[in-house]
Order: sequence, then C-alpha cells, then structure tokens
Amino acid sequence: MDYAEHYQTVSTDLPGHSLSWLQALRTRANIDFSTSGFPSPREEEWRYTNITPIEKKRFTPKVSAGDPSAAAELIQHHRLDDTWSLVFVDGVYSAGHSRLTGLPESIQILPISEALERYPEKVHTMLQQAADCETHGFIAFNTAYFRDGAFIVIPDKQVPERPIQLLHVSTQAEGLSVLRHLISLGIHAQATVIETYVGEKETACLTAAVTEIDLAANAHLDHYKLQNESDRTFHFGGIYSDQKASARFRQNHAAFGGLMARTEIHSHLGQAAECDLDGLFLASGRRHLDTHTILRHHGAHAVSRESYRGIASERGRGVFSGRIVVDPQAQKTDAEMNNRNLLLSDDAEIDSKPQLEIHADDVKCAHGVTVGQLSAESIFYLQSRGIDEASARNMLTFAFANEMVEKIRHDGHRQQVRDALLANLPQTDVRGDWL
Amino acid sequence: MLSIKNLQARVEDKAILKGISLEVKPGEVHAIMGPNGSGKSTLSHVLAGRSGYEVTGGSVTYQGKDLLDMKPEERAREGVFLAFQYPVEIPGVSNIYLLKAALNAIRKHRGDSEVDAMDFLPMVKARIKSLNLDEQFLYRGVNEGFSGGEKKRNEILQMAILEPSLCILDETDSGLDIDALKIVADGVNALRSPDRSFIMVTHYQRLLDYIKPDVVHVLAQGRIVKSGGPELAHELEEKGYGWIDQGATA
Ligand SMILES: Nc1ncnc2c1ncn2[C@@H]1O[C@H](COP(=O)(O)OP(=O)(O)OP(=O)(O)O)[C@@H](O)[C@H]1O
Ligand SMILES: [Mg+2]
Repeated sequence: MDYAEHYQTVSTDLPGHSLSWLQALRTRANIDFSTSGFPSPREEEWRYTNITPIEKKRFTPKVSAGDPSAAAELIQHHRLDDTWSLVFVDGVYSAGHSRLTGLPESIQILPISEALERYPEKVHTMLQQAADCETHGFIAFNTAYFRDGAFIVIPDKQVPERPIQLLHVSTQAEGLSVLRHLISLGIHAQATVIETYVGEKETACLTAAVTEIDLAANAHLDHYKLQNESDRTFHFGGIYSDQKASARFRQNHAAFGGLMARTEIHSHLGQAAECDLDGLFLASGRRHLDTHTILRHHGAHAVSRESYRGIASERGRGVFSGRIVVDPQAQKTDAEMNNRNLLLSDDAEIDSKPQLEIHADDVKCAHGVTVGQLSAESIFYLQSRGIDEASARNMLTFAFANEMVEKIRHDGHRQQVRDALLANLPQTDVRGDWL
Repeated sequence: MLSIKNLQARVEDKAILKGISLEVKPGEVHAIMGPNGSGKSTLSHVLAGRSGYEVTGGSVTYQGKDLLDMKPEERAREGVFLAFQYPVEIPGVSNIYLLKAALNAIRKHRGDSEVDAMDFLPMVKARIKSLNLDEQFLYRGVNEGFSGGEKKRNEILQMAILEPSLCILDETDSGLDIDALKIVADGVNALRSPDRSFIMVTHYQRLLDYIKPDVVHVLAQGRIVKSGGPELAHELEEKGYGWIDQGATA
C-alpha cells in the first residue's frame, strides 16, 4: 500500500473531514500527489536531493502520542518561556504542553484542527494562498495529509505582546508528522513566530510541514526556524510567504539535524516590500541539508537581502539554491544575495546554485558565492597563542557560523540555535570549553 | 633560554635559513636586523612552529627541551610568544575570548586553575589602558578592521597578558607612529625581567633607542653575518648593509 492508497484509509480521521470544500481539496491534492509522487532528482529543483528512501520506507501517522516522558523532556528543554506556544508531538497538537494563557481575544492562535471547527471560512480563504500543490509532490502530500498545525491571525495594527512558538517534537520511530501552519498578519500588524523542530535521538521519522504566510500591507513578521531533528529523520519544511505592499518579512533559518532535510523558503514581494533571509546550515555526519529559496520581486521598489552560510563536515552534504526572480513590472528592485560556505573535510560537499532571473531593466541585483576552507594562517595564529589545533578549528568554525546566529533577535531562540551549533561542531571532544 | 645551532630551513624547494646559530640567555634582548627577504620572519615562524617550513638541519633547544619537536600550541604553553609582522584578522572571535582561551590554555598546561572572571577583566583593562587602546577593542573580532598600528599594539597586549618567557617580536615597530612606538616600547620594557628574553626583529635603530638590546645581529641571505653590541645598530643606520661581508659568519 503506497501513501496515496493509505490516505484513503485515514482520510476520515483527518481534521475538517466534514467540510466538503476541504474534502474536495484534499482529494484533489491526493490525486496530484499520486500522479507526481515525491519530487525526484530528475526535477531540476530537486537535482541535488534524492528522497527515494522516503518512498521505500513507510512512515505512518501515529494515533497515540509516543513516550510521554521523552516528549516532556524535549518540550521542557525547548519551549521558550516568554512565548505563546503551540506544541505538536509526533504531528499531533498537545494542549497540555502548549501555553496560551493571557492571550487576548483579538488575536487568534490555535491549532488548525480547532480553527476548522470554529472558523472554517477563514481557514478556507487562507489555505493554498501562498503554497501551491502543483509546485511539487510534497506540498500536495501535505495538503492531502495534514493532521494539524497552527492557525495564527493577527488583525490590523495588532502587535502581540509575546512571540509565538510552534514547537514540534518527534518521539516515535517510523512516525509521520504532517503539519500545515497558516499565519496571517493584517495591515500594520506585527508578530514574531518561531518554529522549532526537535526529535528524540535515533528516531527515524518523517516530518512534512508547510507554513503559509500572508502579510497585508505594512505588516511585519519576524520568522525563525530551527531544524534540529534526530540523526535519522527525514524533514521537509516549506515556508511560503506572500508580502503585500510595504510588508516586511524577516526570516532566519538554522538547520543542523535530520538525516535528509530540505527547507524551502519562497516569498512573493509586492510593491516596496522588504525581505531579509538569513540562514545557516551545518551538515555533519552523513547528513544531507538542502535549503531552497526563491524571492520573487513582483512589485516595484522592493528590497531583498539574503545571506546564507553553509558548513559541511565529515561526510555531510549541503545544498543551497537561491533564486531571485524580478518580474517585468518590478522596476527599482534592489536585491542582494550571498552564500558563503565552509568545507571541513575532504569527503564533505556543498553545492551552491545562485540564480538571477531578471525581466526588468532598471534594477540592482547582486549575488556572490564562495566555498572555502578554514584559513591555515588563522589556525596557526590561534595555536601560537596556546590553543590546540582542534579547538582552533572549532573556534574558527563557530565564528564563521555565529555571525548568522548573532542576527537572531530573540534571546531564547538564539541561545537554542547556538547550543545546537556547538553540539554539532565536528571536534566533539573539545567543543565549547573555550567559550 | 634558547640555543639555536646551525638551523637550516626551506620553503618548498627554496633554502631560506642556511645555518643560523644563536644563543639567548635569560633576561637578554637580542635585536635582529637585516635586508628584506633575508629570512628574519622565516626564523620567527620556524621558532613558533608554523607549518610549511621544512627544517633540514640543526637544532633548537628551549629551556633544555627540543623546541622543534613541539606543536605550535605546546611552544606557546611553554612560554614562547611570537608577535607577528602581519597579525591575521579573525572575524567572529572576539579579542576578549581569545585572550581568555589563550590564558586558560597556558594556565592549564602549568597546572594552574582557570582564570577567575573577577580577576581577568580588571587585569586586561589595566593592560589595555597602558597600551592606550580603547576598551572597545576587547569586544571586536581579533584584529578585525584594526589599523596597522592597532594590530601591533594588540600583539603586545596579548604578550603582556600571557607573560611568556621568550618573546619574539617581528617588526612590531613597523607601522607605528612615534607616540605609539614609545607606548609599545614602554610596554616591552615593563615586561623585561631577569628570566624573560626577547628577540626583536627590526629595521630601525629608533626602536633600539627605547629598548636597549644586549646584542645586535645582522641576518643576510639566511645567515647571521655579523653580531655586535648596540653600537652595531648605529653603524647600520649610517652605512646600510653594503659594507658587511655577507659571506662571513660572526
Ligand atoms: N611560503 C613561501 N613560499 C616561497 N617563498 C617564501 C615563502 N615564505 C618566505 N619565502 C621567501 O623567503 C625569503 C625570506 O622571507 P622572510 O619573510 O623570512 O624575510 P624577512 O627577512 O622577514 O623580510 P622583511 O624584512 O621584508 O620582512 C623571501 O625571499 C621570501 O620570498
Ligand atoms: Mg619579515
């Protein structure tokens, strides 16, 4: 039984089953998915990332949550105190672990399963606005299968007092977590959303999350993602945002975990919109970490700044693909993208593919890519000050990566990303003792 | 303190040090002068243990131990310090981190406990003040965006904090303005003690007016061709290197 067939057996358990529009949408998505399957390396956009192991391995949604004590520990460690949080354990919303006390009436932060009961029309208008099933099989799969997710609506001019955290923990072997998050900010609204993905050690599972973001004119969203799942996890995360006029989207993405993980960050920029994408990936062990970004300048005068740093050590592999598209009417576009990479071993590999597709004539677009190694001169300098070579290498690697970590404005999240970075530095015996 | 015997070294296939012998006793200050490209920095680097140089002959004994047998960090922990002619910039590693990590590595090697944060910062601040550097430098990346003179002063700051036994200063005076030269020289003089030795590579007599050397050597084409007292530096300042028989050994 493949996934598409399997879908038939679970479809009635999925949230919103009684909503005919949703049922129709899911059925169509399942047909799309069964036709296309998961993306394959034959598709240009997936050239470097072969996910056939997912096809072969069967992951199934877990009905009951896994080991509650394992989950509790991970949650305890990763839930950020100063946030309103929605916690998902193996793809299932956990009210008990979530923290929403003090949430004002005017702001909606709730699981999508509940939103489908309380505000089905609103969900209807938001779903599939920024993400499109036809892009590739993962989005179709997600649309057909999503079991839960977050529903966040910030009305015009509202600024929630706290950041919002979406904390995902995977605890069950062979588990399947399919999540759909919807985020909508009204005119001049502002918010910070932090997506955290962590997993129980050694758990092999599949996480497939799609986040759709709708930013009305002059809205401002700071969005963070930390992917630090367990060594054997497959992770797909798609973040798709639609920025209306003068909306601002700042995204910072840090990827360390999983066996094979891909994050897509695509944004559509309206007139005078601003978009900052910052990111860091560190592919150690035998990991494969793929980041795929597309910034589509659709309106004139929009500004985008993209800065990614990648590190691959041992037999790790990193992929960065950054595309900037400038539509014909997007005059005065100002776009800059750079990607700097560090290879720490002979067996490590990083493929970087920047692409500019410019259809307007009065634009400023720049991009740069470097792939290098640690500087022997710098290593020697540190050694000459009494620091052993392994620590020196660690220090320099940390320094390279930490510049991206420093950009994170939320203290708790920054600390978690830094901890994950330190834990994944290659010379594990010496990590951090110089901090 | 340091005994170099017939040291020969090459880079790739090019012989650069062609038999250098030098005895430095505790408390002594040796100046090494010599034309560009004669091998002064190479000697400094070989003493500090930089890779890329192949030692093809001779020996270096430091405090009774075979220096060439030690890794660069071991040499540093044993008290060898090189102030670089061209200090590297290391963005992302702050000066204060480096100072603390270096000091702790050295203390650990000596069997001392890690430096206490309460003692460390005031000590560093006192030193940085005496070198006329702004405290903000501590929180910037190592040498990142520092001017040439600031980098040199930063080297001396590290030296003052790590308190090495053998200080090798490779053209620390180059690129310093007159006031900075005085400050750096005062910094070095403050560190002079009967059990600390200095090797100062310089092109200028001026530094030696501030820091009085015990011996002055001339290094030319990979050999020490002349050694003498402080007056040798004056003579070189006047006459250049041409008059020295470069084939001779001192
Ligand atoms: N990595 C290298 N590869 C090739 N040649 C080198 C290398 N390092 C040094 N050399 C050569 O060795 C010689 C000695 O260089 P060194 O830097 O030791 O001179 P120096 O006496 O310090 O000169 P300066 O007064 O200009 O600082 C020079 O000819 C230099 O070009
Ligand atoms: Mg030199």
